[in-house]
Amino acid sequence: MDPNTAGWALVVALFLPLVGAGALTLMPSSMDREIRRAGVAITAVGFALVVAITASFDYSRAGELQFTTDVPWITAIDARFSLGMDGISLPLFFLTSLLTLLCAIYTTKHLPSPGKPKAFLSLMLLLQTGMAGTFVAFDLILFFIFFELTLVPMFFMIGMWGGPRRDYASVKFFLYTLFGSVFMLVAFLAIYFQAGANTWSIMELSTMAPFGSTTFQTWAFLGVFLGFAIKVPVWPFHTWLPDAHTEAPTVGSVLLAGVLLKMGTYGFIRIALPILPDGAARFAPMIGVLAVIGIVYGALCCLAQTDVKRLIAFSSVGHMGFVMLGIAAMNEAGIQAALFGNIAHGIITGMLFFLAGSMHERYHTREIAVIGGGMLKKMPVYGVLFTYVAIASLGLPGLAGFWGEFAAMWAAISPGLGLADSYGGLYLGLVVFAAIGTVLTAGYFLWLIQRVNLGEPPERWADEPLADVQAIEWVSWLPLLALILALGIFPRLVFGVQDAAVTNLVGFLGG
Amino acid sequence: MQIDFIAILPEIILTVTALLVLAADLALRGDAKQFVNPLAALGTVGAIVATVTLWGSERVTFGTMYVVDDFAVLFKLLFLGTLLAILGISWRYVAENRFFQGEYYFLLLTSFIGMLLMPSSRDLIMLFIALETVSVPAFVMVGMRKRDLYSSESALKFFLLGVLSAALMLFGMSMVYGFTGTTDLVGIAAAISGETASVPLLLGSVMLVLVGFGFKISAVPFHFWAPDTYSGAPIPVAAMLAVASKAAGFAGLAVVAFIAFEPVADVWGPILGVLAVLTMSVGNLIALQQRDLIRLLAYSSVAQAGYILIPFGLARTGPEAAVVNAAAIEAVVFYLIAYAVMNVGAFGVAIAVERRTGLRSIADYAGLSARSPLLAMGMTVFLLSLGGAPLTVGLWAKFAIIEAIAVDITLFGIVLAAFLVVNSVIAFFYYLKVVRTVWMDEAPAGLPKLQPGFNLSAVVVVLMVGTLVLGVLPGLVTDFSSVISIVAAG
Repeated sequence: MDPNTAGWALVVALFLPLVGAGALTLMPSSMDREIRRAGVAITAVGFALVVAITASFDYSRAGELQFTTDVPWITAIDARFSLGMDGISLPLFFLTSLLTLLCAIYTTKHLPSPGKPKAFLSLMLLLQTGMAGTFVAFDLILFFIFFELTLVPMFFMIGMWGGPRRDYASVKFFLYTLFGSVFMLVAFLAIYFQAGANTWSIMELSTMAPFGSTTFQTWAFLGVFLGFAIKVPVWPFHTWLPDAHTEAPTVGSVLLAGVLLKMGTYGFIRIALPILPDGAARFAPMIGVLAVIGIVYGALCCLAQTDVKRLIAFSSVGHMGFVMLGIAAMNEAGIQAALFGNIAHGIITGMLFFLAGSMHERYHTREIAVIGGGMLKKMPVYGVLFTYVAIASLGLPGLAGFWGEFAAMWAAISPGLGLADSYGGLYLGLVVFAAIGTVLTAGYFLWLIQRVNLGEPPERWADEPLADVQAIEWVSWLPLLALILALGIFPRLVFGVQDAAVTNLVGFLGG
Repeated sequence: MQIDFIAILPEIILTVTALLVLAADLALRGDAKQFVNPLAALGTVGAIVATVTLWGSERVTFGTMYVVDDFAVLFKLLFLGTLLAILGISWRYVAENRFFQGEYYFLLLTSFIGMLLMPSSRDLIMLFIALETVSVPAFVMVGMRKRDLYSSESALKFFLLGVLSAALMLFGMSMVYGFTGTTDLVGIAAAISGETASVPLLLGSVMLVLVGFGFKISAVPFHFWAPDTYSGAPIPVAAMLAVASKAAGFAGLAVVAFIAFEPVADVWGPILGVLAVLTMSVGNLIALQQRDLIRLLAYSSVAQAGYILIPFGLARTGPEAAVVNAAAIEAVVFYLIAYAVMNVGAFGVAIAVERRTGLRSIADYAGLSARSPLLAMGMTVFLLSLGGAPLTVGLWAKFAIIEAIAVDITLFGIVLAAFLVVNSVIAFFYYLKVVRTVWMDEAPAGLPKLQPGFNLSAVVVVLMVGTLVLGVLPGLVTDFSSVISIVAAG
C-alpha cells in the first residue's frame, strides 16, 4: 500500500466495524456461538488491515498526513469528509483496533447477564468506529460526529450489561459527557466564523492560528476545554468516571479506560492547542494545577477504596492527571509525554480492568476485604499477572507506565510558550506535588497487592476451587502484557513514531 | 383577474381528493370504508408531484396575495410528506376504533389544504383564512372519539383557546390595517418603515398578531391547551397537531414576522427570544415529570417549539439584518423538516403500542425490545434524534440553530445558545428514561408480541431510515433549504 494514495485503506478500516455491526444484527439470535465468532472475525480482519496500514506507514514522513481522503460532505456548511493519519494518530488508531479485537476474543467466553451477544458485539463495533474515527478525522464537524458517536453504544453497554447501579451510572455518563460536548460544538462554530475561511479543516485552521482577539481565544478555549476536560476527565469533572467504570461490564471498562478517555487528551493536543494557542497559553497554568490536584486527589481516593474496580477507576483520574500535566507544559517534551502516557495508560489500565473482571468472575465480589488475600497461593499465575500489571501502573522503570509520568514531570520543569518566565515557580511546585503523587500511587498499588495477593487465603476461599488463568484469557491478555514490557524497554516504539508530528504541532503553537 | 392555476395545483388536487373521499365514504359500506385511506394517499402523492414541479419557479397569483416560491414549495412538501405519513399511521387505528372514517379523512385533508396555503400567503386576510382552515377541522378531529369524555374535554379546551387566539389575532390584524391602510404584507412593511417615530399601539397590535401564532405553535405561556389536547385526541390527530399544525404556525409566523413586521424586528425579536427561553425551559422541566408517553411527547414538542423560536429571537433590523435573518429562516425550515421526520415517527410507534394493548404510560413500554425489536429500534432512533444525538438528523437541526446564532454573535445570542445547550441536556434525561425502559426493563408477563400493520411498519421504517440518512448526509436537505429566502422578497 502506498500511504500517499491508499486513502481507501483507512476508510475501509474505519467503517468495516460499522458494516460488521450491521451484518451481525442480521444473524438470528439463536446462533449464539457463531455470533461471537463472527465478532472475532470482523475485528480480526479490521485489525489485520490496521497492521497492514501500520506496516506501510511512511515513518520518515510521520509528521505529514498519510492515507488521506478528502471529499465534500455537507456543502451548505463547508464540512468535508476528511480523514488522514500522522504519527500522533497512528498509535491511538492501532490501540483502538487491538483492544476491540481482544475484547471480542474475551467476549467469546465471558459476557455478563443478560447475554445477548448480538446486541453487545454490534454496540462494541459501533463504538469502535466512533473511537477510531475520532483519531483520524481532520474536519472539526466530522471529528465531533465521531466523538459523540461513542456516547450511545457506551450508554447501552453500561445500561444493559452493567452492575447493580447501571441505570444511574449510564445516564450520568451520557448526560455529563453530552453537556461538555455541546459547549465544545458551540466553540467549534465560533472558531469557524472567527476564522472566516469557510473551512473546518483542523490542519488549515492550525496553520491560520492564532486568529481572533485574546478574549475570543479565551472563551473559545473554555468551550473546547469543557468538552475535552469532561472526557479525560480532569479533576473536578471526573465524578462520572468512577460510577461508569464500576458499573460497566468488563469490556466496557476496558474500552472506556483504554480508548474513550484518550479521545479527550487527543482532542486537547490535536485541536485545542494548535487552533487556539493564545487561549491555551492562558489556560495552561490552570490546567496544570487541576492536573496535579487530580493526581494527588486520585491517589488519596484510591487509598480509601474498598472495591478493586473502583480503585482502578480512581487510579485513572491520577494517571490522566499526569497526561494533562504534560499538556500543560506546552512544549515538545510535554506533548510527547502526554501522548505516551495516553498509550501506556490505555494498555495498562485496560489490562487491569480485564484482570478485575476476571477476579469478579471467580470471587463474585470485588471487595478487597472479602477477597482477603492469598491470591498468589490460590491462583499463582493470575496473582503474578496482577502484580506485574499493578507494578507497571504505579510507574516502575522498565515498564510502560514509567515513561509517560517521568517525561511529563521532566517537561513541566521548563514549560514552553514563555510560561517558564511568568509561572516558573508554579510549575516547579506542580512537579513537586506530582512527585508526591507518584509516591502515593506506588503506596496504594503496593497496599492493594499486599491485601489481595499476599498472605494466606481466608477460610471462605480455602476450599473453593478457583480456576487459574484460562486459555481464552491468555489469548486476549498476552498482547497487552507483552506491550507493557516492550514499551517499557523500547519507548521509542511510540516516541519515535510521534516525534515528527509533535514537532509540527509545537510549531503551530508558535513555541 | 388572471389566476395561475399551475401555482395552486397542489391545493386543487387535495381539494378534489377531499371531496372524493367524502363521496366514496357514502358509497362504500362496512369494512370497505377503510379504502378511503389509500384514495387519500393517492391524492396526496399527486399533490406532491404537482408541488415538486413548482420547485425553482416563482409564481404570483390572486394579485400579490399568493406567492409560490422555493420557501413555500419546501413547506408544502413538508406538509404533504407529513400527511402521507399520518395517513400511513392512521389506517388501522381509524378503521379499528370505528371512527367516522370518511369524515376523518375529509377533515384531515381539509386541514392540510389550509397548511398548504400558509407559506404562500402574502396578505393578512389570506393568512387568516389559511390559519382557520387548519384549525377548524382540527377542532372536530380532536373530539372524534365522541363517547370518550376525555376526548370531548380536550376538544372543547382546544376549541375555546383556539377561538380566543383567533380573536386576538384578528383584532391585531385589524389594527395593523388601521395603521398601515393595507393588508398586503410587503405594503405593511413599507408603511411601518415609513413611520419615523415608533407608535406604541402599532407595536401592540403587532404583538397581538404574533400572540395568535404563539397559540398555534404552543409557545409558553400559550401552551396550556397542548398536553391536554394531545392526550385526549386520537393519536394520529395528536401527531398532526404536534407536527404539521405546528409547522404551519411557524410558516405563518415566519412570513408575517420576516416580511410584514421586519422593520420592527428589534422589538419583537427579543420578545420572541425570551419566549423561546421560557418555552424550552418550561416544556422540558414539565416533561421530566410525565408518566404518560403521549403527554411526554406533548411537553417535548412544546420544548421543541422553544428551540425553533430561537432563530426568531435573533431577528434584527438594520444594514446587516438580511444575512442574519436569512440564516434564521434557514434554521427554522431545516429544524421543522427534521422535527417532522422524528416526531411523526415517535407518534407512529406510540400508535402501534397503544393499538394493541391500549397502554400508553411509559412503564408499559418496558421490554418493548423483546415484544417488537423494530418498534423498539424506531422509538430509540426517534427519541435520540429529538434529543440531538449524532448520526441522527436531530443533531443537525440543533446545529443549524447554533449556526444561525454564530453568524453574528451577540450577547443575547450567547444567552440563547446557553439555554439551548442546557435544555438539550435536560431533554436527554427524559428521552433516555424512555429508551432505558424500552431496552433495559423486563416486559410485564402476558403482553403479546406486537405486530404492527404493514403501513405503520413502513412509515416507521421510512422515517427511521430518513432520520439516520439525514443524520449522515444532512446535505440532502440543506442543499435545498439553504437556497430559500423570503427576506429578499420582502
